[in-house]
Amino acid sequence: MKLRANLIIGGALFALAIVVGLLAPWLAHTDPVLDANLMNAEEPPSWTWWFGTDGQGRDIYSRVVYGARISLTVGIVSQLINSVIGVGLGLSAGYWGGWWDDVVNGLTNLMLAIPSLIFALAIMAVLGPGLTSLLIALGLTNWSFTCRIARASALSLKSQGYVQAATVLGYGDLRIMITQLLPNMLGPIIVIGTLGMGSAVLSEAALSFLGLGVRPPFPSWGSMLSEARDQITTAPWLSVFPGLAIFLTVLGLNLLGDGLRDILDPQSRSRRS
Amino acid sequence: MTGAPLIEVEDLRIDLDNGSGKVPAAEGVSFRIDRGETFGLVGESGCGKSISALALIGLLRQPLSIGAGAIRFDGREIQGLSAAEQRALRGNRIAMIFQEPMTALNPVSPVGRQIAEMFVLHKGKSWREANQLAVEALASVRVSAPERRVKDYPHQLSGGMRQRVMIAIALACGPDLLIADEPTTALDVTVQAEIIELMRNLCAERGTAILMISHDLGLVANVCRRVAVMYAGRIVEERGSADIFRAPSHPYTQGLVASLPRLGSRAALGRNRLKEIAGVVPAITNFPDGCRFNPRCTQATDICRTVAPTADFLEAGGLVRCHHHA
Ligand SMILES: Nc1ncnc2c1ncn2[C@@H]1O[C@H](COP(=O)(O)OP(=O)(O)O)[C@@H](O)[C@H]1O
Ligand code: SF4
Ligand SMILES: [Mg+2]
Repeated sequence: MKLRANLIIGGALFALAIVVGLLAPWLAHTDPVLDANLMNAEEPPSWTWWFGTDGQGRDIYSRVVYGARISLTVGIVSQLINSVIGVGLGLSAGYWGGWWDDVVNGLTNLMLAIPSLIFALAIMAVLGPGLTSLLIALGLTNWSFTCRIARASALSLKSQGYVQAATVLGYGDLRIMITQLLPNMLGPIIVIGTLGMGSAVLSEAALSFLGLGVRPPFPSWGSMLSEARDQITTAPWLSVFPGLAIFLTVLGLNLLGDGLRDILDPQSRSRRS
Repeated sequence: MTGAPLIEVEDLRIDLDNGSGKVPAAEGVSFRIDRGETFGLVGESGCGKSISALALIGLLRQPLSIGAGAIRFDGREIQGLSAAEQRALRGNRIAMIFQEPMTALNPVSPVGRQIAEMFVLHKGKSWREANQLAVEALASVRVSAPERRVKDYPHQLSGGMRQRVMIAIALACGPDLLIADEPTTALDVTVQAEIIELMRNLCAERGTAILMISHDLGLVANVCRRVAVMYAGRIVEERGSADIFRAPSHPYTQGLVASLPRLGSRAALGRNRLKEIAGVVPAITNFPDGCRFNPRCTQATDICRTVAPTADFLEAGGLVRCHHHA
């Protein structure tokens, strides 16, 4: 079944990336930063150097393996920040309505009008490069879809019998939002979060490529691509392997998101009950 | 019964804001319920029963609002309470169960948790204690193997079972008043009888007063000591249940009683008995002048078409709102 294939392949690719990131110290052959040796500079992929070496003789395989840590940290943490912001704003706006809803709607439209990467770029320019700045910049700029979905879900859920029943039973607003609304909108939020992680991984690569993300010599897939720019014809393996790592991780997250959408879809959920 | 009533509704008017202005969706609604008493509110769909109940617990929301009158619970004016004070009453001292047991439970939360939440919310219990109390609450509504059932999700339960869970939630905090708004309309007849019996017994044991709302006069009269009959936003007759059956005063009530099938054949006839009174209920925006029942009333005279009848208090107790009542 096609739906299952999404989920399995996507889940496997994402899990692979996570395992690689977690086990990086054991999987890597050399230290990604310190083990430079000009004697081995620009070796093509071989039995000894699986993914080849760069101009300073560093093992690309080991750098790609360590790079998973950065990419996934940025992907997961920044998307979590986005999800919390998006759900917090959207859920309360949909449930309360009124002026608060207008404010949140205005903010969301603003965010949607400015491409999030441009916005992130601006924040990075203010904060300066580095991992923390990256997390903040990407975490603050990609919550609008989550917010929209959370708001729309809250709007439709708040007329449900169990939400009204909770009001009648003396639940406060916060308790209603957390116990009645949030769990019932989690499906689509998770789907968007998964897809958002993919785009955060890409954004990290883009910002690092532009020299605004993680700074060399520490390896991130984006900064590796950035460094490999000049040797793309002479030493293509320098670009191919980090590029492949980005591609497979983002592909995995997108497939996973699609697969989750199929099983978490509210329609199939209500059919079950 | 002596002492202050548990709940006292005085000349309540509920306004409906229909965009161009306010029209009364219910008016002149007055009744009182004593501690431990059973009181019924009967009338056709749309006559204003549910909005009256919502007014009691301070939950009328736009476009509905209280236009006039007073509601006192345990001597305190509901409208004078802060939002937090009202919340502390709801679910704790005044509980409510609904028509739709299918949708009144959170589909993604185990039923035990939903019961336990009441103890956490209103009684300040820890989750550990609350979970234990939830098992007991489920046992008290005669659910077998409650320690296993608490882990079930609503979709794993039958309609009757869900309504039992709703009763367990409603009675969890030992409320003084249980409002049951069409509690069994969505259930089939045999389950209906079980649920009503359960509700009545539990409330009697605990001294909980019941306000039972239904379109079914037979059902309400069976459960409640006193019954108020509502028509087009007004209470037209309020009597002891036995009296209403024996000698209904208001022509509308007479029609209701006459249209009730004899004992035993109720199930066969289904729910559309009220149709036997010719005509339809007028829309809120289109209430007739004078007595609102006059277009359908066989005893209507000229005065009925111009002057709204006031409440007459009957010698035997109760009241009726009709120019020519029996
Ligand atoms: N939220 C609302 N908005 C507009 N009209 C309402 C609303 N709730 C109830 N009404 C109107 O008020 C009247 C009484 O409704 P209700 O109390 O629900 O009747 P019932 O006696 O069947 O419980 C109906 O005519 C209904 O259309
Ligand atoms: S007042 Fe007149 S119209 Fe109204 S119920 Fe009595 S007899 Fe009928
Ligand atoms: Mg109703």
